[in-house]
Amino acid sequence: MSVFLAKRLITLIATLIGASAVVFVVLEILPGNAAQILMGPDASPDAVHALAVQLGIDRPAAERYWHWISGMLAGDLGLSYAYSTPVRDLLIERLALTVPLAAMAMAITTALALAAGIYAASRHNKLGDVGVMSLSQIGIAIPNFWFAILLILLFSVHLKWFSAGGFAGWNEGIVAGLKSLLLPAISLAVVQSAILARITRSAVLDVLREDFVRTARAKGASQRRTLWGHVLRNAMIPVITVMGLQFSELLAGTIVVESVFYLPGLGRLIFQSISNRDLIVVRNCVMLLAAMVVAVNFIVDVLYAVIDPRIKASDI
Amino acid sequence: MKRAFSHASFAIGAVLSLLLVAAAALSLIWTPHSPYEVDMAAKLLPPDAAHWLGTDPYGRDIVSLLLVGARASIAVGVVAVGIGLVIGAALGLLAAARRGWAEELIMRLADFGFAFPAILSAIMLTAVFGPGMVNAIIAIGLYNIPTFARITRASANAVWSREFVLAARACGKGAFSITMEHVLPNIASVLIVQATIRFAIAILAEAALSYLGLGTQPPQPSWGRMLSEAQSLMFQAPMLAVYPGVAIALAVLGLNLLGDGLRDLFDPRLARTR
Repeated sequence: MSVFLAKRLITLIATLIGASAVVFVVLEILPGNAAQILMGPDASPDAVHALAVQLGIDRPAAERYWHWISGMLAGDLGLSYAYSTPVRDLLIERLALTVPLAAMAMAITTALALAAGIYAASRHNKLGDVGVMSLSQIGIAIPNFWFAILLILLFSVHLKWFSAGGFAGWNEGIVAGLKSLLLPAISLAVVQSAILARITRSAVLDVLREDFVRTARAKGASQRRTLWGHVLRNAMIPVITVMGLQFSELLAGTIVVESVFYLPGLGRLIFQSISNRDLIVVRNCVMLLAAMVVAVNFIVDVLYAVIDPRIKASDI
Repeated sequence: MKRAFSHASFAIGAVLSLLLVAAAALSLIWTPHSPYEVDMAAKLLPPDAAHWLGTDPYGRDIVSLLLVGARASIAVGVVAVGIGLVIGAALGLLAAARRGWAEELIMRLADFGFAFPAILSAIMLTAVFGPGMVNAIIAIGLYNIPTFARITRASANAVWSREFVLAARACGKGAFSITMEHVLPNIASVLIVQATIRFAIAILAEAALSYLGLGTQPPQPSWGRMLSEAQSLMFQAPMLAVYPGVAIALAVLGLNLLGDGLRDLFDPRLARTR
């Protein structure tokens, strides 16, 4: 296990270093002179040079890369050009919305998918199964941002139960905050739960065919008891793996859904920073999201090995 | 053929996918009105005989916009899947043929590719080169490469361990000719199924990027941008936010069902166990 862990940890670190290099090359080297871009084409060369010195972009690329990485490790991500505040504070402020949104979406995904998947498996090849599978096929085809718009049409425009967007802020109380995030979380969860319901159904069906399930039934255990006591525990291995991978999808999805609901999260920050040409914020946001995706994949790999000890380092 | 069309998923998927292609093809020779012609006097008209689904806030005909929008989806799907398929399959075949460090390197690069979902790659490209359809295609294409590389490598490894490949090696055939003559034809069905599913994902990604303003740019119509424009008019014209979404969902549903159907038809054992 420790060899496996060490191998995965080395891969994790190598991936993070590689990702940071890609982000740096694409966002720091390719755009050319950031000071010129910020000041516009009419700025005098002296003013551009002064800003370049102030931003530190007159130094060699390798030195800037090292400065960024060492700063990141020390918790210093630099200053935003547009907001004139430390990037770290901006990210923490925005994560206070994006992380709860993704977590809420994951909770709804899990609840919906497990209920639908287990129900479909228990009604295998009957009307209930066909119904759930057809619905899930439609759920997979619906773009999450369109579903978000439909939710706004129904619950905000017609029923007027929710506001059409914006975030009340955690200062207004947890209930008000969670209410602002409910529609965005549902729109993110629907597509993911459609996928997870299919995985849950096939995992439960696979386990139902195992010999130990037949033995439990032969010993007189009821179908309900067999399902909850024996089948589910064993069917959870692939389900948990997929859930981990879905968290990465949810994080990417939040970028779009935050735009639909005008939520001041990480996704909105990225777009505002792109239009402000605030590349230092874009660079750190993209790196943060990529690091979260890599970290979640790492946790999934490790969890997978913990849940199923037959998985060896060489298998992954 | 008869077996194929008696398979419900395949039949529905094929019909919906053909409709998508037909809409795009039709838009090349005919649309009810010009999708580029702004007519403020005819803005936000309800559906009637002249405008079957009404008009948008610039007086453009919705049906014409939807028909031409299908072109953007197909163009992005074909090119982005093409990039992923050609580069990803080549890397996967190379990994399976060479094994050892080449395989390890390619697979680790594929793992690395998963760190950048399409939307993140698109954001980076947009931040540097500005928004546009080409950048969206490149971003989605790059995102497809690791998926195709992994699937190709796994399927190709299975073929490499088969007896007929051993026989070909015993006859003195090289890795390249075995790959082209034996491995590739045997994994083609897996790649076709995957290409269909990735096509659907590419349509969704293009719509999301265009919605965010990072994909297809005005005046070229795109379903994603139609949704973004409709969002500001939800109180006056809610149906404007419905039509493009239905078009996207039907296209994606069709391709997914087609992929499922093809998988069952290529490998009937899978269909029986599901």
